[in-house]
Amino acid sequence: MTVPASASAVPAPAGSAQHNDSPAALKQKLRRAERVRKLRAMGLIAPLFFFLLITFVVPILDMMRRSVHDTELSTVWPTVTAAMDSWKDRGNVPDEAVFAALAKDLRAAGETKTLAVAARRLNYAVDNGRSLVFGTARRLPVDATNWKETLIGIEPRWGQVATWNAINQASGPLTTFYLLAALDREKLADGSIVKAPEQSSIYVDILERTFTVSLSVTLLCLVLGFPVAYLLATLPAKHANILMILVLLPFWTSLLVRTAAWVVLLQEQGLVNELLLALGIIEKPIRMIYNRIGVYIAMTHILLPFMILPLYSVMKGIKPHFMRAATSLGATPTEAFVRVYLPMTLPGIGAGALLTFILALGYYITPALVGGAADQMISFFIAFYTSDTVNWGMASALGAVLLVATLVLYSLYNRLVGISNMRLG
Amino acid sequence: MGKADRMSAIATSGAQQPTASAASDTIVSFRGVQKTYDGESLVVKNLNLEIRRGEFLTMLGPSGSGKTTSLMMLAGFEVPTHGEILFDGQSLRNTPPHKRNIGMVFQNYALFPHMTVEENVAFPLSVRRVPKHEQKDLARKALAMVKLEGKESRHPGQLSGGQQQRVALARALVFQPKLVLMDEPLGALDKQLREHMQIEIKHIHERLGVTIVYVTHDQSEALTMSDRIAVFNDGIIQQLDSPTGLYETPQNSFVAHFIGENNILNGEVTAVDGAFCKVRLNGGHEVTARAINIKGVGSRTSLSFRPEKVHIEGISADHPNQLPARVEETIYHGDHVRVRMTVAGSEGFTVKMRFRASRPIPVPGEEMAVAFAAEDCLALDPV
Ligand SMILES: Nc1ncnc2c1ncn2[C@@H]1O[C@H](COP(=O)(O)OP(=O)(O)O)[C@@H](O)[C@H]1O
Ligand SMILES: [Mg+2]
Repeated sequence: MTVPASASAVPAPAGSAQHNDSPAALKQKLRRAERVRKLRAMGLIAPLFFFLLITFVVPILDMMRRSVHDTELSTVWPTVTAAMDSWKDRGNVPDEAVFAALAKDLRAAGETKTLAVAARRLNYAVDNGRSLVFGTARRLPVDATNWKETLIGIEPRWGQVATWNAINQASGPLTTFYLLAALDREKLADGSIVKAPEQSSIYVDILERTFTVSLSVTLLCLVLGFPVAYLLATLPAKHANILMILVLLPFWTSLLVRTAAWVVLLQEQGLVNELLLALGIIEKPIRMIYNRIGVYIAMTHILLPFMILPLYSVMKGIKPHFMRAATSLGATPTEAFVRVYLPMTLPGIGAGALLTFILALGYYITPALVGGAADQMISFFIAFYTSDTVNWGMASALGAVLLVATLVLYSLYNRLVGISNMRLG
Repeated sequence: MGKADRMSAIATSGAQQPTASAASDTIVSFRGVQKTYDGESLVVKNLNLEIRRGEFLTMLGPSGSGKTTSLMMLAGFEVPTHGEILFDGQSLRNTPPHKRNIGMVFQNYALFPHMTVEENVAFPLSVRRVPKHEQKDLARKALAMVKLEGKESRHPGQLSGGQQQRVALARALVFQPKLVLMDEPLGALDKQLREHMQIEIKHIHERLGVTIVYVTHDQSEALTMSDRIAVFNDGIIQQLDSPTGLYETPQNSFVAHFIGENNILNGEVTAVDGAFCKVRLNGGHEVTARAINIKGVGSRTSLSFRPEKVHIEGISADHPNQLPARVEETIYHGDHVRVRMTVAGSEGFTVKMRFRASRPIPVPGEEMAVAFAAEDCLALDPV
């Protein structure tokens, strides 16, 4: 039996024909619709995106660049840094051409008054590099037939390979000098990386201290903040509002004022000591300021709201019927708290701890005002290098180390707790 | 409780007969219980209620009538301002909630989101220090009872509302409490699922023989499931009766109105004759009614009629209880027709009429008579 070919091609009912799009056409329609939606969304975030790009991303990238970028010496001493390429025999000092280049740069820098820049840069890498540069420049003859002998005659250190190694490493444009220094390491002439000498090895200690202080402050905040957040979340609104204002009060006063207030309170003739003395708890004033105790007290006070608020927002969402259910099922109040309530607050603990810890890592003003010399955290040194000695390389390298350490910690945390489990509000 | 006991109680499908002795027939009694939250108004006023062992008792009432408060006092989460609650003859006053051994199912399930389904169900066993392997056994049996096999390792968030409610049910039953409280447990489910779960809870109740106190504001739910229903209003039990008792002979206008559909005609008692009385309606017509809640001759009363017990066809001219009516509107419902009419001058009177194709549906404006038996017309307190 044969069926006419046309029989199988029954036309679709008129009504359904226009909806009978092929999958490909449908996909295209969807894509078009999605594209409009995406464009609108992008338009909405564009202003913030560019703002962040300029004020956040670019500065960070620039900081990362500065930590490995080193053109200070090559801008003021272009000839000698270029000539370093011809220095092949690293076991001996370079030959006459390089010395002649040095003399030329010394003179030029002296005339353009940029000698100080070179002196400062060499001072990072060579002991007493400042006097080496200024001393040589002061006694530099107008002309000489043999620059090598002349310069070594003025300053015997020009005859040492170490000096030239330092210049070579400082010639840029890329350097590992700052990053290594931030980790208490240095690179020898032969390229091997060794521990820096004792007197200049301070940064690993400071990094450790920064993490210890931040962790302790985070734990203190958690221990002190948890009951407050619980109270906030369970009190009737009328009382909770008053407590909330007390919690938020620190936000409305300047950080500097709060820190200064702690200085007044905690000093040896301060309110706290006098109270303890009057109560007979202590015999003579205890030192609570310009040491670690002061740093802990002041930082915990300042960071407490950052722990309380995420905790509060999570606890607010835990309805009382969970605890009721647990008790009705036979759990004692303690058991119900530990097995039901506490696990449900974990997202808040996670968020609060991470927030507090990361904020604490960058703390600068508070330790500077209420801490002693041995309590300064890494930000203090970053500030020191940026504003006091204008050593951008070192400041950037320390910043980069802090950033990397924070990111590592964050990803570790993410692996353990899971960022998606975290709630900020 | 021994292991064998616990296991068999869940595994057996036959109903456990409560040990019948007159003294232990009552499992819970509320004695003169009052509760106020603010010290001004009583949310529960003088509650006296005996709950029988093994029964399914429903507290039914509009929102705010004090049902949850009564239940929470029984569970131990609220303290009575006055009066006493006895459980198995013992006062509960000094027993904290976790020692009461009362299972509880909440409206929003209250499943612990950080635990799996099995951990949730095993929770009451684990706080009772039941050995681990036994916990697993019992939890699985309880989950099988609510037809949730294979979902043990899911988290509550991955289940539908109906499934979560089953987990909550299994969790409240797994430790074999003698009493289980449920506060609007099906309130969050859609109608179809709710009706399905009503039957299932009813079956579980029959199988386990456990006493259930159930709170709802849905009268059809209460009628479907309960052995007895306590109708709450304004913190007072208006009537405590079986579903048929409540529907057929409501003791006051509130109950008549709250349970099922109800028509009201107001009038005045003109004569009382034993169980019946004569009532003159506001329009002047006189009818005979059952005297249920009246204050005697001369007092005002509200007559209550169920829509399906009033006839509008085949009325003989000498029917003693008939009233003139005018059809306002008819609504076709498939199996029946609702006729809204004005009866004896009073609007909004609904009559249910069986639909038959051979018979015309009344048309709006049509004048006719309505009639009813004196037993189906209840004289109650005036509204
Ligand atoms: N914890 C409470 N604090 C103050 N008032 C409450 C509290 N719980 C309930 N009430 C009040 O008590 C009354 C009865 O509430 P409830 O027992 O929940 O009624 P139902 O469960 O019948 O809807 C309501 O007016 C309610 O506002
Ligand atoms: Mg309620």
